[in-house]
Amino acid sequence: MTTTEPDLAAAPAPDPNAVNVTVNGVPIVSRKGELVIEAAARAGEYIPRFCYHERMTPVGKCRMCLVECDSGRGPAVTVSCMVPVMPDMKIDTQSETTKRMQEGVLELLLANHPLDCPVCDKGGECPLQDQTYSHGPGESRYVEEKRHYEKPMPISDLVFLDRERCILCDRCTRFADEVAGDALIHFTGRGNNTYIDTFPDEPFASYFSGNTVQICPVGALTAKPYRFKARPWDLEQVESTCTSCSVGCRTVVQSSHDQLLRYQGVDSDPVNWSWLCDRGRFNFEAVTSDDRLVNPLVRVDGELQPTSWNDALDQAATMIREAIAAGGVNGVAIIGGARGTNEDAFAWARLGHDVIGTPNVYAQMGDGLPVGLLALDRATIDEAAKATTIVLLGPDLKEELPVLYLRLRDAVEKKRSKILEFAPKPSGLTKYVWKFVGYEPGTQVASVQTALADPTIAAQLATGSVVIVAGRANLAESSAATVGALRELLAALPGAKVLPAFRRGNVVGALQVGMRPGKGGLDTRGILQAAADGKLDCLVLVGADPLADFPDTDLARRALAGARRIIAVDTFLNESSSRADVVLAAAAYGEKSGTTTNLEGRVQTVNQKVTPRGTSRPDWMIAAELALLLDGDLGVGSVDDLTEQISTMVDSYGDVTAAHLAVAPDGILAAVPAAIDPMNMVEVNLAARNSYDFRLVVSRKLYDQAVGTAKSPSMAHLAKQSSVHLHPLDIERVGAVAGAEVKVSSARTSVILQVTADDAILRGTAWVPFNMPGPNIGDLIDCFAAVTDVRIENL
Amino acid sequence: MSSYPWASGFIDDGDRPKIVTSRFHLEDSYTIERYHSTGGYAGLKRALAKAPNEVHDDVRGATVLGRGGAGFPAGVKWGLMPPGKFPRYLVVNGDESEPGTYKDRLLLERDPHQLIEGCLIACYAAGLSQCFLYIRGEMPLAHERVATALNEAYAAGYVGKNILGTNFSVDIIMHWGAGAYVVGEETALIESLEGKRGEPRLKPPFFPAAIGLYGQPTIVNNVETLANLPWLLNNGVEAYTAIGTATSPGTRMVAVSGHVTRPGVYEIINGTTTFRDLLYGDEFCQGIRNGNELKAFVPGGGSAPWFTPEQLDLPFEGKLVGAAGSMLGSGAIMVMDSTTDIPSAALTLTRFYAHESCGQCTPCREGGTWLERVLQRVVDGTGTPEDLDQLFEIGESICPGSFPHASSEQLGLTATPFPYKMTTICFVGPSAYAPVHSALTLFRSEFEARIVQRRRIPVTVAPVGAHA
Repeated sequence: MTTTEPDLAAAPAPDPNAVNVTVNGVPIVSRKGELVIEAAARAGEYIPRFCYHERMTPVGKCRMCLVECDSGRGPAVTVSCMVPVMPDMKIDTQSETTKRMQEGVLELLLANHPLDCPVCDKGGECPLQDQTYSHGPGESRYVEEKRHYEKPMPISDLVFLDRERCILCDRCTRFADEVAGDALIHFTGRGNNTYIDTFPDEPFASYFSGNTVQICPVGALTAKPYRFKARPWDLEQVESTCTSCSVGCRTVVQSSHDQLLRYQGVDSDPVNWSWLCDRGRFNFEAVTSDDRLVNPLVRVDGELQPTSWNDALDQAATMIREAIAAGGVNGVAIIGGARGTNEDAFAWARLGHDVIGTPNVYAQMGDGLPVGLLALDRATIDEAAKATTIVLLGPDLKEELPVLYLRLRDAVEKKRSKILEFAPKPSGLTKYVWKFVGYEPGTQVASVQTALADPTIAAQLATGSVVIVAGRANLAESSAATVGALRELLAALPGAKVLPAFRRGNVVGALQVGMRPGKGGLDTRGILQAAADGKLDCLVLVGADPLADFPDTDLARRALAGARRIIAVDTFLNESSSRADVVLAAAAYGEKSGTTTNLEGRVQTVNQKVTPRGTSRPDWMIAAELALLLDGDLGVGSVDDLTEQISTMVDSYGDVTAAHLAVAPDGILAAVPAAIDPMNMVEVNLAARNSYDFRLVVSRKLYDQAVGTAKSPSMAHLAKQSSVHLHPLDIERVGAVAGAEVKVSSARTSVILQVTADDAILRGTAWVPFNMPGPNIGDLIDCFAAVTDVRIENL
Repeated sequence: MSSYPWASGFIDDGDRPKIVTSRFHLEDSYTIERYHSTGGYAGLKRALAKAPNEVHDDVRGATVLGRGGAGFPAGVKWGLMPPGKFPRYLVVNGDESEPGTYKDRLLLERDPHQLIEGCLIACYAAGLSQCFLYIRGEMPLAHERVATALNEAYAAGYVGKNILGTNFSVDIIMHWGAGAYVVGEETALIESLEGKRGEPRLKPPFFPAAIGLYGQPTIVNNVETLANLPWLLNNGVEAYTAIGTATSPGTRMVAVSGHVTRPGVYEIINGTTTFRDLLYGDEFCQGIRNGNELKAFVPGGGSAPWFTPEQLDLPFEGKLVGAAGSMLGSGAIMVMDSTTDIPSAALTLTRFYAHESCGQCTPCREGGTWLERVLQRVVDGTGTPEDLDQLFEIGESICPGSFPHASSEQLGLTATPFPYKMTTICFVGPSAYAPVHSALTLFRSEFEARIVQRRRIPVTVAPVGAHA
């Protein structure tokens, strides 16, 4: 053989995006357009900074990141967070001038900054403190009187501002404007008297205000739930995944003395980009609530009494056995499992399907969409946020899946995507949409058909990728409408992917691991109907509160009255669990480990940080114990056994092993399962309009009466009194005035609600938020009807 | 007659060519009738008869220097716009607020049509479709005159659609400032025009010519710069460059204030006139008041480093003045005679810049106020010797490295030339330091005289047993 010459032609072409620079003399390859501050990081050089944040537009205001760069014309003072690298640039982060500038900026920043670090919440994790130690001049020569302001100043219900500590870095204000879209805080004043303030009578009432506390580089912004609770060096933490909704934001869970004290967002690139919504961030208060169930309870002489776990589990097993004896396995039903982990749901699914043998198992609460949606070609959040067109066929994402709202808003703001929204009322995203198609409940399919026939819309949908975000926009309307609309869209757009906007924490995981009806089984509506009809011998509620969550409250009430035996597994005694015969105290978030699946099918870990309250236990453990008492062994000794069982027994979770999860910081995207169920579409006949002349729209707000909010003292009052929202002209038509009370009646009953004028509400429709304090709109909803029509009368 | 009651402050003694103040001697110079009768809008007609690039070549060839402060040639600035990106805008910087400067006010009040004509010529030459006239909020008469003139010009078909029957169309929009010094900085002015807080934009991008108003290519020119254009078009490049020097052609308006016999606004020959001519010449300021000695003067607006009598023979030539350690800036000369209390004068200027800081970047926001406070203490007589070094230290945090200053034979100092390095976003921060640095470098003994040596408190030793 001849010796092989190096084949020059085969040498890889030079990377067009590579930029060669040196950092303190060390050559590195940077990327075209990369900022000097990031290029230095590649070389392991940390340039101090305050205003710069990777997820926001650089502003170059704090001047902390000044370095000297030579682009061929000698060393020049360079703002490293603003200036991109240039070929052959020499970056010097250690020159005398650089050091002098950094020391100068720090001395100036500290000039007016109070040195109250010993009593400041940020002390110990404070970028100003840390960088003063690493890059500061060592002493301050400022002997003048410092700036004084009244402190602290509440800028919202959750956030306090200490203007004396503020270094005016523009992080919080930029976040509010650029990321959250709630530009409610701004610089006021000028020069040395500049400070952050809200507008008069406009609090910083953003759903994302907690993020400003996390990104504040000093202790100027503090959150009510954490103020003065702990010092950072006393905190222990684990990384986990938020299960407040199905977005699955990565978090760190922090505690001190075995008590949860704070959640912080973690920058997960495919999911939450370090942001959290306030409900997800602050609902640890519910876990630490004094109202938590600490012991199992059994009903003795009509009263729930604490008992031992042996007794409670015995009684529960006996009840299930008696139920099977009385009415067969079909007389037993399990609702719930969406609030826990995959392992919890899997254990309960096996208990139901395999041990008890009932097909009546379901994780949804009648407020979602058919489980068949999960078998469609599924989009990830990233794919949705990069799609040419995002079709919104669902709920108000800002209220129900807040961080998904941030991601889609970003897609529009950065001009990547256009949104086509179909909704019965404008949502938080509506002001960013390309086209909003409002429809009256019942006409969703028709509105989609009309839109698809529109040449402009058709042309938009024909170019590039389309992702349909599908969820339940209206609890007072049959889900069949959304299924029909989705079918129309998929028929017209065969290449479109679907992002299921199921809302409850781990509902996707629960459904996929088996919390769904077996052959001939009933869904939640069917189970409740059977209970109401006296056909159910035992109803098991696993973290489910039908009285609060099932849209048709009347059916839920009759079901709980009609079920012969009720077993509840819950963290609190709520409306539903307090009607049970046996209540099993469950461990809450932060008290148990496992995995969770978000709406895009991403499996991520949930980790325990604190000991479960009292004698409470994880759901999966309760299921495993009950199985043993019912002569079925799940073969489970720990939560890891369940993770392994899921990976071997659940279709599409083959990849999801503990070993794999340990090396996948962004979690594992589970495969889309083969068709679970056909999307069974029930034709629902739309009743003609009659004297009930308003179509009812009912949807959720971020802050409602759910335990996460209601049991968190800082947030409980954020759930506003229920009211009916009408177009001002409709208010006039019924002869009422805004702010007055009106009678809202359906065929079932009437409730008295305050009326709110809102010109975004479509004429002829009435919007009422669900599960809010005050009169319950669920009393008016008939879950078997296509739509709910109401009459509104002036009192 | 050398001064006029209707153009207060303006003095035109002597026989010099006048380019921008030629109508100031007429009481009704601001009316369109008078403007017409004195050759008004002829320059525009000449411009429209040429191709736009020819007009641009004229401006480039005449080296019309920017009169706002930086002295950048207008023709070159217009050429920095990316080709093919439209719309592009002209923004007229009429937010004249540099301490000591009051020349643009007269141009706006006395000859608004000349400015409008200049704007139209610039728009035609550089392909600009809309012009924004930003007028300082504290100039109500200028506002009234320009508004009236604009209405007249619209009615006469000079502004608007199809100007003078051609297919050239420009709208001129007037905007009234709200009283912030920093808005005189071109990017802050653009922000203010957009309805935001008047804060300088972050660099890069370095020039609004690339990304300016509403993200479009934008030319920001000073009032006086544009007021030169009608004359240039009427009289040609040669006539323009025949006045002054090759690098500083034409005339320029200067505003002299302070301790001279006859302070005022003068149109002087660029490049050749010296500061001595201006301060001592009979046709200009006629010497220092009451026959006093000159102590120091600021050659280019409050933010310029100071000169002493040693620099009097420098001409109005940007490069020479820069090499000597200061700048011509906005053409404002502030004169201090021997009676001046230098520390107080420095404090007055520094207080102004500290107060006018927009507050967005740290060195200016914190450093300016700190400088002011230390200086205040020194002026009040409660400072310490360390305070004087401290002032330099604070200044170094705003402007790292050496700061420009004039030479002084008496002190054995050689000049440090322009420019300086800065840690701030714009020039307001360094401007707060400039007077401190100049005063302290050139007149340190006056500061030292203010430092009161603290007396030690006498300690009488207590008798034995008193400590019990």
